[in-house]
Amino acid sequence: MAGTTDVAINQALREPAWLRWLLTAACIVLLVGIVVLPLAVVAVEALRQGWSAYLTAIADPDTRSAIRMTLFVAVISVVVNATFGIAAAWAITKFRFPGKRLLLTLIDLPFSVSPVVAGLVFVLLFGAQGWLGPWLKAHDIHIVFATPGIVLATIFVTFPFVARELIPLMQQQGPDQEEAASSLGASGWTVFRRVTLPNIRWALLYGLLLCSARAMGEFGAVSVVSGNIRGLTNTLPLQVEILYNEYNYTAAFAVATLLVLLALITLAFKLWLERRHADALSRRRGRH
Amino acid sequence: MSIASSLRIASVRQAGPLPGLPLALGMTLVWLGLIVLLPLSALLLKSATLGSGWIKVLHDPRVFAALKLSFGTAFAAALFDTIVGALIAWVLVRYRFAGRAFFDALVDLPFALPTAVAGIALTALYAGNGWIGSWLAPRGIKIAYTPTGIAIALAFVGLPFCVRTMQPVLQSLGAEFEEAAASLGATRMTTLRRVLLPPLLPSMITGFALAFARGVGEYGSVIFIAGNIPRVSQIAPLLIVIKLDEYDYAGAAAVATLMLALSFVILLLLNVLQKKVALGRHD
Repeated sequence: MAGTTDVAINQALREPAWLRWLLTAACIVLLVGIVVLPLAVVAVEALRQGWSAYLTAIADPDTRSAIRMTLFVAVISVVVNATFGIAAAWAITKFRFPGKRLLLTLIDLPFSVSPVVAGLVFVLLFGAQGWLGPWLKAHDIHIVFATPGIVLATIFVTFPFVARELIPLMQQQGPDQEEAASSLGASGWTVFRRVTLPNIRWALLYGLLLCSARAMGEFGAVSVVSGNIRGLTNTLPLQVEILYNEYNYTAAFAVATLLVLLALITLAFKLWLERRHADALSRRRGRH
Repeated sequence: MSIASSLRIASVRQAGPLPGLPLALGMTLVWLGLIVLLPLSALLLKSATLGSGWIKVLHDPRVFAALKLSFGTAFAAALFDTIVGALIAWVLVRYRFAGRAFFDALVDLPFALPTAVAGIALTALYAGNGWIGSWLAPRGIKIAYTPTGIAIALAFVGLPFCVRTMQPVLQSLGAEFEEAAASLGATRMTTLRRVLLPPLLPSMITGFALAFARGVGEYGSVIFIAGNIPRVSQIAPLLIVIKLDEYDYAGAAAVATLMLALSFVILLLLNVLQKKVALGRHD
C-alpha cells in the first residue's frame, strides 16, 4: 500500500522519462537552431572563397580603419561611463537624498529608447537643421557625421551599464565600511581607493565588459549619426553593412567574424566572472 | 598635548557622513543632463513644434503601417520567446544532461552578438538560397523579406530576456510545494498548473515586456532580413532613418515620439498586469 503511494507521489513530482527526454531534445534543437546556426553561417560564408580571400578582406585598409575607430569609440565610452557609473553609485548608495527613485529611472532611460532614436536625438540637437546646427556651422565644429557624434551616440546607448551593476551591489554592502574608514581619519579619496574599490572591483569589471561589448557592436545609433564616410567615420558594424549592401558578401561575413569573436570572448569572460566571482557581483543584477 | 593634535582628535570623533556627495551627485546630474535629458528633450521639443504637421504624420499610411508592423512583430516575437523561453528555462534548471552548462551559456549569445552580424547571418539562413530558406522555398514558405522574417530576427534578440528572467524564479522554487501537492493527490499536470505556474507568471510577464520593448526599437538585426518594402516590411525605426535621409527632421521626430509614447503606454500596462498577477498570489 505504502509502495503504491510512493509511486503515485513520484509520478506527480517528475515527468515521465520519455517526456523529460523529449523536452531536453526540444531545448537543444531550439538553442542550436536559434543561436548556433547563425554563428555557423557567418563562419561558412566568410570562408566560402578560401582563407586568402578571408585574410584579404580583413587586411583591407577600410576594415583596419574601422577597427581603429571601433576601439577608439569603445575606450572613450567605457572610461566616461565608468566614471559616471562610479559617481552615480557613490551618490545613490552612500547618501540619503530625495528623488532617488526618479534618478534611478532616468539613468535606466537609454535602455528603453530605440538605438535609432538615440542617434536621432543627436541629429536633432547637432545636425545641420538641428537646434545648435547654425551655431556649430558658424564655428566650423563638426559633431554629426563625424567622430564626436559617434562617440556621443555610443555613450548614450551604453550609459546605464556600469551604474546598473554597481548600484545594487553597493546597496547590499551599505556605507558601514566606508563610514568606519572615514571616522578613523581616512580622506574621501583614500576611503574610495582602499575600501570601496576592492569591494566593487569584480562588479565594476563586469559592467565595463558589458559596456565595451555593446559599444563595439552598436549599430543603429551609430549608423544614424555616422554618415558612413568610408575610412573616416566607419565602425566595424557599419563596415559590415556597407560591404553587405555592395553584395561583397564574403568580405562582409569576414569582417563579421571579428565581431563574432568579440562576442565569444565577451561571453567567456562574463561566464568566468559569474562562476568565479559570483559573491562579488550583485545578486539582483539586471540582465541586458 | 598641543592644541592642534587635540583639535584633530575632536574632528576625528565627530567624523560624520562620508565626503563626496556634492561631487558625486553633481557629476551624475550634469552627465545625465547633457548625455540623456538634453538630447531627449530636443526630440520632444521638435515634435511639439510640429503643430498642425502632426495631422499629416498621423494620416500618412506609411507611418501607420510601419508602427503596426513594428508593434505587431515585436508582440509575436515576445510571445514566441516567452513560450520557448519557459521550455528552455525549465529544461536548463530541472534536468541534468551532458553539455548543460554549454547550452546555458549559449542563451546569452544574442545579447553579446552585434545586431548587424545577427542581421546578415539570419538573412543568409532564411533567404531563398540560404540553409533554411532553400529548404522552405520549394514548400512555398517565404521568410526573408516578409514580416515573418522580421519576427524571427526579433525572436532571436529577445530570447535571452525571457530565459534569464524565468530561470532564477524556477531555481528558487523549492521542491516542498510540489511534494505537498503530490502527497495531497494532485497529478503532475495539476501541480504544474496550480503550484508552479502562479509564481512563475510574473517573471513570464516581465520577460515578455523586456523582449517586446527591445523588439519595438530593434534595427540592426531586422533591416537586412526585412527587405524594407514600404508598407509591407518597413519597420518604424527604419522609417525614422528614411525620413532623416529625406531631411524631414520633423517627420522623423514625430515617428520617434509616437513610438516612444506607444511603448511607454504598453509597458506601463504590462507593469500593472505584472504587479496584479504577483499580488494575486497572496490573496
